[in-house]
Amino acid sequence: MNLQLFLLTAAALFSVGLFGALSQQSIVMLMMGLELMVNGVILAAVAFWHYQSPASADGQILVLIAFCVMAIEMAMGFAVQIALFRARDVDMTDMAGDLRG
Amino acid sequence: MGSAIFFVLAPVAVLAGVLVFRVDSMVRATFLLLVSFLGVAGLAFLLNSGFVGGIMLLMMTGEMVIMVVFMIMFMMNPGGLMPMKMVHNQRFSACAAVLTFLGLAIVILTVRWPAPKGVAPADVTLSIGEGMMGSKMLVFLTAGVALLACMIAALALATHRGRYDRYGDDLDRKTPDDAARGGVGR
Amino acid sequence: MPDVTVWWVLPVLPVVALALATFAASLDAVLGARVAGRVVALDDVVTPVREGVRLLLTQRRTTRRPDSVVWRVGIGMVPVVALLAAAVIPLGGAGTALSDLDIGVVWWTAWLALLWVALYLVGWGGNSALSLVGGYRFVAQALAYEMPLAITVITVALAGESLRVGAIVEAQQGLWYVVWLPVGFVVYLLTGAAAAFWGPFATPMGADLAGGVTVELSGVDRLVFLAGRYLVLVVVAAFAVPLFLGGGAGPLLPDWAWVLLKTSAVLWLLVWSRRRLAAVRMDRFEEFAWVVLIPVTLVQLFVVCVIVLSTGG
Repeated sequence: MNLQLFLLTAAALFSVGLFGALSQQSIVMLMMGLELMVNGVILAAVAFWHYQSPASADGQILVLIAFCVMAIEMAMGFAVQIALFRARDVDMTDMAGDLRG
Repeated sequence: MGSAIFFVLAPVAVLAGVLVFRVDSMVRATFLLLVSFLGVAGLAFLLNSGFVGGIMLLMMTGEMVIMVVFMIMFMMNPGGLMPMKMVHNQRFSACAAVLTFLGLAIVILTVRWPAPKGVAPADVTLSIGEGMMGSKMLVFLTAGVALLACMIAALALATHRGRYDRYGDDLDRKTPDDAARGGVGR
Repeated sequence: MPDVTVWWVLPVLPVVALALATFAASLDAVLGARVAGRVVALDDVVTPVREGVRLLLTQRRTTRRPDSVVWRVGIGMVPVVALLAAAVIPLGGAGTALSDLDIGVVWWTAWLALLWVALYLVGWGGNSALSLVGGYRFVAQALAYEMPLAITVITVALAGESLRVGAIVEAQQGLWYVVWLPVGFVVYLLTGAAAAFWGPFATPMGADLAGGVTVELSGVDRLVFLAGRYLVLVVVAAFAVPLFLGGGAGPLLPDWAWVLLKTSAVLWLLVWSRRRLAAVRMDRFEEFAWVVLIPVTLVQLFVVCVIVLSTGG
């Protein structure tokens, strides 16, 4: 149980989340991928705090900011999805590609 | 003891994360994501970060319940009765994910991590509180304002009816024309 | 992170919690008999035991294509979550909680928040429309009660200047918090009853839904769920004791006797409220909680801040 094991777990969570965020067609599943990525980042931040600089609480405060980011991202994601569904009756990212190209 | 808990929680967290994208039932997918979060919260407890772990338990539960409400609202296959695979770019994403993991793993295993600087304070929660109210107060004020802006923006995006639907074309109706009962002052 | 785990509490805690849950259930039956105009008989007092044995012997019935894993997990989570939350509640004086975590208050709130997941899973798992509606009713109620409960519990932690339950009990040596935080106590009882979907907040199990979340439960599932619900009520009542009523403090009797007495008194109040208060619809409660309770608890938090700072905290 050392820093590298925790970081490997965090990297695994981040990669699985990246797979989900890139491959899922539904907006809610994409957001689940994003949540997994932030999950990995939080674990890495806590591991770094504990094994590298435990003297100050800065690492933990970074984690609290990550929580705020998660909350904001989820709220805005769901709001955008509702607006999209109301306008176009779809919930796929493929149908929301207006900014592409 | 700590290692034993780690070798139970870490694989559970990663496995649950993988299963989120494999199961067909939407409810199971969301709550597998919750299991992954609970695993990371347990790992935070192992890392002397009880406050972060406790807050993760609390917050992620609420988030996942909200998410499952939205999942059931929008997705076509909530009960998992049909096998479902709604993906695009699957091979590219899998390659990107594997490459990312390999890159990160190489960095993690080859960097010579320095020794820890200092020792954790006796009361970690107290030092978080002192940081929050002291040197990092500006950060949290900004986060608070950002959360407020997010709430307003989310409501503005999601609402179906605007001012003119509720108060009439000249904004001159005395009481707003809402379908739901109740409200402040009524 | 447990500083020290008091291992002898581990077998004692579930026994005490179950005993109090049985007491609450039989009190509820006795009050129900009184309300119905019947003379209270021994039959009413032993209702929980009789119902428990009956449910154990009843054959379990199931629906067509339920999501069994999800269903069983949800049902099992209700008592487990209650007992885990009770790990930080001291059974007597100092050092009698299973683990006096330095984040005890957050631990209790977090484990009771997992009830949302449990009730949703029970509502979903049965493949029944009525139980699903019950589950969603509980989610709506949960959104309402969580913020006032969290703010009240934070206010008490602020007054005790610690998240550790033992420290909050010690800080009440001079004056119990129920005396100068009466609003907090009332809000705690209201939102705690909502967390246990008890009394006026029992619409997730409402008669208009033929039992709501419990409509498809039978046999041992029903026993585990209903016993879990009483356990949650006991945990809510028991946590009021170190938060507001000074823990084990009191003349004459030993600490554990006072804790039992105070818990029973709060439990009596909660059980009694079921027959006295009408069921509240969850959207009206949502409005009341967000528009009235949150500002009130925030004002109380501000007042407590000022008091703590001015008395040199």
